[in-house]
Amino acid sequence: MVRVDGRGGGNSLVRVRGLDKKYQRGSEEIHVLQGLNLDVDAGDFVAFMGPSGSGKTTLLNLLGGLDLPSAGSITVAGDEITHMSAGKLTAWRARHVGFIFQMYNLIPVLTAFQNVELPLLLTKLSKAERSQHVETALQVVGLADRMHHFPRQLSGGQEQRVGIARAIVADPTFLLCDEPTGDLDRKSADEIMDLLGRLVREHGKTVLLVTHDPVAAERASVVLHLNKGVLEEARKVEAS
Amino acid sequence: MKYRHLLFSNLSRKKIRTTLTVGSFAVALFLFGLLAVVRGAFNQGLEVAGADRLVIVNKVSLIQPLPIAYNDRLLRIPGVKQVTHANWFGGVYQDERNFFPQFAIDTETYREMFPEFAMPEEQWKAFVADREGAVVGEDLVKRFHWKIGDRVPLKGTIFPGTWEFNIRAIYHGTRQADDTTQFWFHYKLLEERQNQYWKGLVGWYTVRIDDPDHAVRIAKAIDESFANSPWETKTDTEKAFAASFVKQAGNIQLLLLSIGGVVFFTLLLVTGNTMAIAVRDRVRELAILKAVGYSDNFVLGLVLGEALLLAMVGGGLGILLAKLFTLGGDPTRGLLPFFYLPTSAVVAGIVLALAVGAVGGILPAVSAMRLRVVDALRRV
Ligand SMILES: Nc1ncnc2c1ncn2[C@@H]1O[C@H](COP(=O)(O)OP(=O)(O)OP(=O)(O)O)[C@@H](O)[C@H]1O
Ligand SMILES: [Mg+2]
Repeated sequence: MVRVDGRGGGNSLVRVRGLDKKYQRGSEEIHVLQGLNLDVDAGDFVAFMGPSGSGKTTLLNLLGGLDLPSAGSITVAGDEITHMSAGKLTAWRARHVGFIFQMYNLIPVLTAFQNVELPLLLTKLSKAERSQHVETALQVVGLADRMHHFPRQLSGGQEQRVGIARAIVADPTFLLCDEPTGDLDRKSADEIMDLLGRLVREHGKTVLLVTHDPVAAERASVVLHLNKGVLEEARKVEAS
Repeated sequence: MKYRHLLFSNLSRKKIRTTLTVGSFAVALFLFGLLAVVRGAFNQGLEVAGADRLVIVNKVSLIQPLPIAYNDRLLRIPGVKQVTHANWFGGVYQDERNFFPQFAIDTETYREMFPEFAMPEEQWKAFVADREGAVVGEDLVKRFHWKIGDRVPLKGTIFPGTWEFNIRAIYHGTRQADDTTQFWFHYKLLEERQNQYWKGLVGWYTVRIDDPDHAVRIAKAIDESFANSPWETKTDTEKAFAASFVKQAGNIQLLLLSIGGVVFFTLLLVTGNTMAIAVRDRVRELAILKAVGYSDNFVLGLVLGEALLLAMVGGGLGILLAKLFTLGGDPTRGLLPFFYLPTSAVVAGIVLALAVGAVGGILPAVSAMRLRVVDALRRV
């Protein structure tokens, strides 16, 4: 269940209450998020839409613990992240969040395998266990045969799939995707969206997605619009 | 270390930049190695100076002689245990560039005074038995491909004529820093063949004293006993004597320090600049590492580690080249007989390179540490 009215039960996976974010630009104050509420359950696939500059990236960064809000609280799986120290937040991110960015953001001097392995180096897994996880993740995104390629040897769609493998390899609590198909052609974009849909349906992942693309948003179970600093429900697809 | 490839893969990122930075370190450390060698060469005398030996020269100047009669008078001075003397010959072997020191020595006392120069007993005996015999250091033997029994002509400069010697003994140093480029022959031969002016004169005396702690007092006693004579003396410990040589070479120490200082300061700027560019080029990647869960300190360590790696590789290469260079021997053909890069200088060079790497890398590393993910990812 996804709610934006702040009346979700106590057991939602993600629980946002009264979230405020202001930016200072010179003497001007930009009030991007204004008392935003959100409840997301495990296994939900949520798409955020909204005009450029409406605060979608800002919201995602806050949910992912990359930035701190001006006011309000975010609770993920029972942990309130809005009061964590920077060090704790970093460790929390490693454990709970998988980021997927528009620009793929792979490290060019590392192979696909090594890029995907990055989050696992922070865990106590042995080398053999890491290898196994990385291979599984690359299989899920359909790139098992490109394991030892460098990013420049891959197409945009393939790079993004490596990015997705990196995001899921440590089995995070949820995936945060900021316009993951923004740089891709229609076909590659559809493939990526198929992949995300499969991650939700077959692997029980929770996905929060920012997109400008209505076709991509179709895949989500819920589409939310960010408007004047709060979320509005645009469409709701009952689980069929 | 499972993070190793994160560090090493960066070296291959900008190959030209990596090569240039590593090259800068290599050149600087090569230079450092050579400066250390030159400094060592100048200070070599200090290192091997015997604490219980005094050198007595003419008060007017080093090149003025002293009478042979002082030998017995020195022995009578309390605290003096042994006396020997030598003359500077200053001959030329084949070509003036083939410089090496030649001493006319007192065969009865010289060897006992300088036990650090070791050779087989029978060779020494053969030398003593041959009026035209010579003892040569092993470095000379290597340089001129001599062997026992060779006849070596020296063209006299102070003492005119061509002098021929038979190599009867080859000595080696018992310590690394001992000078093995000397050529000794009989003082008696010099006595016999020299012109009138030099009759009964020696270049300098060396005496052994009973206790190094009394060196100052005994030196004073020696100089006082010859005061107001036509041949006044100046007595110093071997160490002080060697130090005065170093001083004569000009303020070489300061010169070396200033050259080294400038080079390392430049290297610092190069490293700082390289790492600053490396961080700026990689802002997104560093941000991604942080987003994925790497701590600020890890990122700091990564950048610093990269600077240290560059320093280590380049510095190691440079000092290795310097070492190889010194193995080829003295390139000045005799001016720097002690041409050697000691391990302590190698270690000091590596430490210095790492320090430069750390200092040059610290500011870029801190800026990488402070980098905020959201700002970095927003930058396109
Ligand atoms: N660090 C910052 N300092 C000042 N203003 C900022 C900062 N970050 C974001 N903003 C402003 O906040 C607003 C929301 O930005 P945000 O990037 O969240 O929008 P968005 O919905 O993701 O837009 P887009 O669809 O173009 O990606 C914008 O007006 C932006 O200029
Ligand atoms: Mg955005």
